[in-house]
Amino acid sequence: MTRDGSAPEGKRGRTVGPAGDMSFSGKVSAWLLRGGQLLPDGAVSGPVHPLLRLFSRWVRRPLLPALRLWRRNIQLRVVATTLLMSLAVVLLLGVVVVGQVRNGLLTAKAQAAQSQAVGGFSVAQKMADGADDTRPDDIARTGNRGTQDSATWLTGLVEQLASGGQGVFSVVALSSDSDEPFGDSSPGTRGPRASGDVDPERSVPLELRRKLETKSGTFRQYTEIKRIGSDDGVSALIIGKRLNDVNSNQYQLYYLFPFSQEEESLKLVTGTLATAGVFVVILLGAIAWLVVRQVVTPVRMAAGISERLAAGLLQERMKVTGEDDIARLGESFNKMAQNLQVKIQQLEELSRMQRRFVSDVSHELRTPLTTVRMAADVIHDVRDEFDPVTARSAELLRGQLDRFESLLAELLEISRFDAGAAALEAEPIDLRDVVHRVIEGAEPLAERKGTRIVVRGAEQPVIAEADTRRVERILRNLVVNAVEHGEGRDVVVRLASAGSRSGGAVAVAVRDYGVGLKPGEAARVFNRFWRADPARARTTGGTGLGLSIAVEDARLHGGWLQAWGEPGGGSQFRLTLPRTAGETLRGSPIPLEPEDSRRHRGLDESGRPRAGAEHKASTIPVQARTPEAGDAAAVPEPKVSWPAADPVALPGSGARVVPQGGSVRSEEAAHGDSVRADEPDREGGAEQEAERGVDREGGLRGN
Amino acid sequence: MKGRVLVVDDDTALAEMLGIVLRGEGFEPSFVSDGDKALAAFRETKPDLVLLDLMLPGRDGIEVCRLIRAESGVPIVMLTAKSDTVDVVVGLESGADDYIVKPFKPKELVARIRARLRRSEEPAPEQLAIGDLVIDVAGHSVKREGQSIALTPLEFDLLVALARKPWQVFTREVLLEQVWGYRHAADTRLVNVHVQRLRSKVEKDPERPEIVVTVRGVGYKAGPS
Repeated sequence: MTRDGSAPEGKRGRTVGPAGDMSFSGKVSAWLLRGGQLLPDGAVSGPVHPLLRLFSRWVRRPLLPALRLWRRNIQLRVVATTLLMSLAVVLLLGVVVVGQVRNGLLTAKAQAAQSQAVGGFSVAQKMADGADDTRPDDIARTGNRGTQDSATWLTGLVEQLASGGQGVFSVVALSSDSDEPFGDSSPGTRGPRASGDVDPERSVPLELRRKLETKSGTFRQYTEIKRIGSDDGVSALIIGKRLNDVNSNQYQLYYLFPFSQEEESLKLVTGTLATAGVFVVILLGAIAWLVVRQVVTPVRMAAGISERLAAGLLQERMKVTGEDDIARLGESFNKMAQNLQVKIQQLEELSRMQRRFVSDVSHELRTPLTTVRMAADVIHDVRDEFDPVTARSAELLRGQLDRFESLLAELLEISRFDAGAAALEAEPIDLRDVVHRVIEGAEPLAERKGTRIVVRGAEQPVIAEADTRRVERILRNLVVNAVEHGEGRDVVVRLASAGSRSGGAVAVAVRDYGVGLKPGEAARVFNRFWRADPARARTTGGTGLGLSIAVEDARLHGGWLQAWGEPGGGSQFRLTLPRTAGETLRGSPIPLEPEDSRRHRGLDESGRPRAGAEHKASTIPVQARTPEAGDAAAVPEPKVSWPAADPVALPGSGARVVPQGGSVRSEEAAHGDSVRADEPDREGGAEQEAERGVDREGGLRGN
Repeated sequence: MKGRVLVVDDDTALAEMLGIVLRGEGFEPSFVSDGDKALAAFRETKPDLVLLDLMLPGRDGIEVCRLIRAESGVPIVMLTAKSDTVDVVVGLESGADDYIVKPFKPKELVARIRARLRRSEEPAPEQLAIGDLVIDVAGHSVKREGQSIALTPLEFDLLVALARKPWQVFTREVLLEQVWGYRHAADTRLVNVHVQRLRSKVEKDPERPEIVVTVRGVGYKAGPS
């Protein structure tokens, strides 16, 4: 990832396009957004089997609350981590210590056992030798009873040897030739002998026995001692040696040293260690909990208080105790809150004063205006008696007073919206009635303009909870605007409703085929005192506040008022209202861009068929999003630069336009529009527009 | 046509202009510019109609309206610079029959005044019944079991309009046209407020009206006789 500043080449070749301009952090965040997979742009991660995805979701679902708690609770996280880590440490320590102790015990035992066994073996040898020397008579006497003799001697030997190590060791003697089946341990035979209740056959491993048979010397092995009549073994060290008995018969003598004592000791050590470990882990957890709590509690308090601050409770402050870092955090937090509160209060005060001033001015103006108005009317009524100049003056006076009056009324209305004093009086109304009333009212103007107003979608009732007065005001505004800017072509008022359950919406779209809107204008038409083109005159003397009020009216209903337009191709204004007052709108039954727009018909700006007419599918506005963001993002031409999110656009006045090449021109128009032009030449402009206008009939038939 | 109009307004220019217009239409205006003196002037001139500005020095228009209404059913038309809900509703509740928002056209004003004075033309003798009320239209009286109930002319007109066609549900717009004389849609709060006032006088239990019944979503109708 090469950043601009460290480009290794001499020239700074910047690739064109959004990716080339992206900063490092931008790339990182984009990478994060793609789910952390470092894939090239546009590449799709490998297809995951839907069943697998389903399974993982199914597995994850019950864990989600725990996961959320884990993510959100730092205290839990720290305590759990501390517990786990201390547990690991204690376990490791325990294993090492127990191992050491065990080794030490075993070594000591082995040494002791070795010396004991060696002593025992020499005693046994001596006894055998001594018997040879001292009791020849006995041997001679007993004669062929040597076998019997030898057996008795062996039994005596075992008993004698074992008597010295009661509990510490056991002694087992096996005759070298004792291949005959065990179990026959009658003292008369040369069977195995064992001290205590050691089961000699099962205790002495075969391997060791074979070793003793083949080799002379002392051997040892770790094994398990089995007691007679029991399957439980006791680990033991067994040391064995081949010896000769009194009759010089070979036999094997084994010393068995059980580890019961050592095991007891080891158990004790392990138990102690485990207890200590558990205590250490628990105590460490508790300590971690306490320590984290000290830090987390003020942080949580700060979070809670800032939330309340954000909710508008500006008096909220943190409690500050001491002088540590936390206290400093609290102090600076409080300072910030204090400054915020002061600033907000100042702004609120200013704005309230300003609004009251506007309202007061409007009211104060009304009384003298009433007098002037009455005087003008009185004069106007008798204008026939005046000379032509005075008579005309009287007419102008009255006409402009009308305009002044409506301007004042709308200013007052706006100030009422600004003050938040506008109240909605919603009741179920049929929008068709409103539309018909509005059209009836606009009929005289339409006749003067030679415009036909067509209503579509009025076959079924279009019912919504709305404020008749406000809805009528909105629609009157839209229809009068459409007629005014419609160049004498038809104006189509379309009604539709959608969604029968709660969350349904109704919409009225007013479509004209007049001059339309330039790029960027669709958002600005709702600005106060905005004029489409300062060089164009208005014949009905609108105040420039009409659409602003209409937007406010729509917003008061929780509805949308949006505009679409294409230069020379007319415009469409769409009012969408929730069917139930206060519901949140999710979509509109009428697309913002009409189906007979140039783009939908595959024409370019000048009305000729266009190459990229396949754009069609992507132009249906996605209404699930918020109107501002959604519609701005849905503009399909990405190359034209106009403010993607118009900073001056009023919320709720989402707008889209088909852009035209000269976006500079629209900017100029937008900046110069607040200047009022006095009766400029309208006719010329209208004709020009008409020449490059669309085929009107075709456009309408296209529906 | 008789037409003594008392103009209560502190703005002398407006008052004078009102005088010019009213005289031009054949009314006899008299003027008072102070709320404190309004009641005395009212008693003295005994006007057929009062034009009352809501913003007055001394006693304000609402108070004056209440005082006049306390002793007379004379039509009162408020002049107001504020058409906000609260102002107008308070004015209507204190007894005004109608209101007109500044700035108004002279013709509008005259039409409003005429509409309020029209009813003084003698009606034909007519007896109406609504609920347990008996209305003598010519005698301008409403009685329940022989006890007469005092209504202002406007309330009387409203009651008569409903009682004449007990089978019909009146929308607020229709009532505005028939009783107030508005040709175009106007403020339906006029109807709401005056129906409340009327109910408070003629209903046994204004919370559960039996004379003037609300038809939800449509308007009002007369209760069954």
